[in-house]
Amino acid sequence: MTILVIAEHDNAALNAATLNVVAAAKEIGGDIEILVAGEACAAVAEAAAKIDGISKVVVADSAAYKYQIAEAMGDLVAELGAGYSHILAAATTTGKDFMPRTAALLDVNMISDIVAVESADTFVRPIYAGNAIATVQSSDSIKVITVRGTGFDAASAEGGSAAIEANATDKTSATSAFVSEELAKSDRPDLTAAEIVISGGRGMGNGENFEILYKVADKIGAAVGASRAAVDAGFVPNDMQVGQTGKIVAPALYIAVGISGAIQHLAGMKESKVIVAINKDEEAPIFQVADYGLVADLFDAVPELEKLL
Amino acid sequence: MKVLVAVKRVIDYNVKVRVKPDNSDVDLNNVKMAMNPFCEIAIEEAVRLKEKGVATEIVVVSIGPKVAQEQIRTSLALGADRGILIETEEKLESLTVAKLLKAVVDKEQPQLVILGKQSIDSDNNQTGQMLGALTGMAQGTFASEVVVEGDKVNVTREVDAGLRTVGLSLPAIVTTDLRLNEPRYASLPNIMKAKRKPLEVVSPADLGVEIKSTQTVLKVTPPAERSAGIKVADVAELVDKLKNEAKVL
Repeated sequence: MTILVIAEHDNAALNAATLNVVAAAKEIGGDIEILVAGEACAAVAEAAAKIDGISKVVVADSAAYKYQIAEAMGDLVAELGAGYSHILAAATTTGKDFMPRTAALLDVNMISDIVAVESADTFVRPIYAGNAIATVQSSDSIKVITVRGTGFDAASAEGGSAAIEANATDKTSATSAFVSEELAKSDRPDLTAAEIVISGGRGMGNGENFEILYKVADKIGAAVGASRAAVDAGFVPNDMQVGQTGKIVAPALYIAVGISGAIQHLAGMKESKVIVAINKDEEAPIFQVADYGLVADLFDAVPELEKLL
Repeated sequence: MKVLVAVKRVIDYNVKVRVKPDNSDVDLNNVKMAMNPFCEIAIEEAVRLKEKGVATEIVVVSIGPKVAQEQIRTSLALGADRGILIETEEKLESLTVAKLLKAVVDKEQPQLVILGKQSIDSDNNQTGQMLGALTGMAQGTFASEVVVEGDKVNVTREVDAGLRTVGLSLPAIVTTDLRLNEPRYASLPNIMKAKRKPLEVVSPADLGVEIKSTQTVLKVTPPAERSAGIKVADVAELVDKLKNEAKVL
């Protein structure tokens, strides 16, 4: 049994989410190989080869994979993955984009967003925005799986010395091409990797008011997130959304500010170790999941919090 | 151009989900059902394309039991021109759904297929991409903007790092994210008119698709409950608790 893990990266650095995927692969058991598909991505391949427990790294270095376009990735992974028992990728917007294409090309179903491994063919995944947890057994010959990072402790990034093998397969897409991108620029930690997350909701009132959260975040090294309501209202960009259809986070400390706590938001953060809620409405559902609740006006409480930290 | 939109009947997003006592599944008895919210956004986008003169015909397809006609009628009231129900009582996995939709695509030859990015019941986020692979069409998933220009469509996608725009050759597939548009409500006259719009009912066998299942749900359980903690009196007490009790600061 050999498992193929698809590396998540930006051609320069390996994304930490890959380490959680490797951890899931280890629980399945068997040899683990990593595919790095990108352009000028040698540094990523070297990082992947150092991950503990990897037997081989395959590098597909081509302009076709520079932006990990789903059509090219789907074709590549379906072709290379055909000989493996499992194909795993992170449940990021990249993994979610190409993995179903891979599965369909291999004529198998796919198991999305697993949070636990029961055995080599049985996996646990949340459904209905995390309001139910399903245990699913697959009889497909190849298991195509995306892994939710918060379900698995990261594998060690050091200790391995896997061989790196080049692969020249070129699956340039004739129908899809990169046009442009607007990437969020932030010196704060990545939302999904941060130890502390402070998020604002509709109660923030507008985008400028998020400044008081940024001040707290910068003092304690936190990432800043938002509820769907705050993103829909245009306060902050989409990459900050935490929830069922946004990012799933599970930091050591999650501070929800002016967030009422819709189930779709809770789905994205309720695995956090400690949850703090600051809201002036003491009936807000967020208090039902908070370890520490503070009923207060956030515009008084947050600046005071910043001072006391 | 012709636009095909796929819609799914799911539990209403406001309903509190309960797991059956025997842990076999979620309890859907006497529960309010509705169109999947992402599918409403898909219909709205198609209607806007028609209002702009880009789309000429909107065909809506749903797969499910007879009552899924309700969601097709809703789509027709919102502006779709005709409907197709692929009627089945069976619970289908994404690959079968994609194969059924491919059969419809082969027959209808749409230039654009719009689907929701995921349904709020299974939360799979697979069908649009699988349909892309089966039809060989390019895809723009998690779309927040769709611009058709000639034989191309530019799709701006919500990705983890921000926004990314891809240029796709038509025919192509778009899956909708939350901020693509704000769906309208159907007006009463349009609801009346929708009753007279054509709705064809076919079976999976009519489309030549065999229903195959490769996944068995062994059990469905409620999530671990998180118990409510304590209320603190002020910010000073909060910081004290975080430092000395929870030890997370």
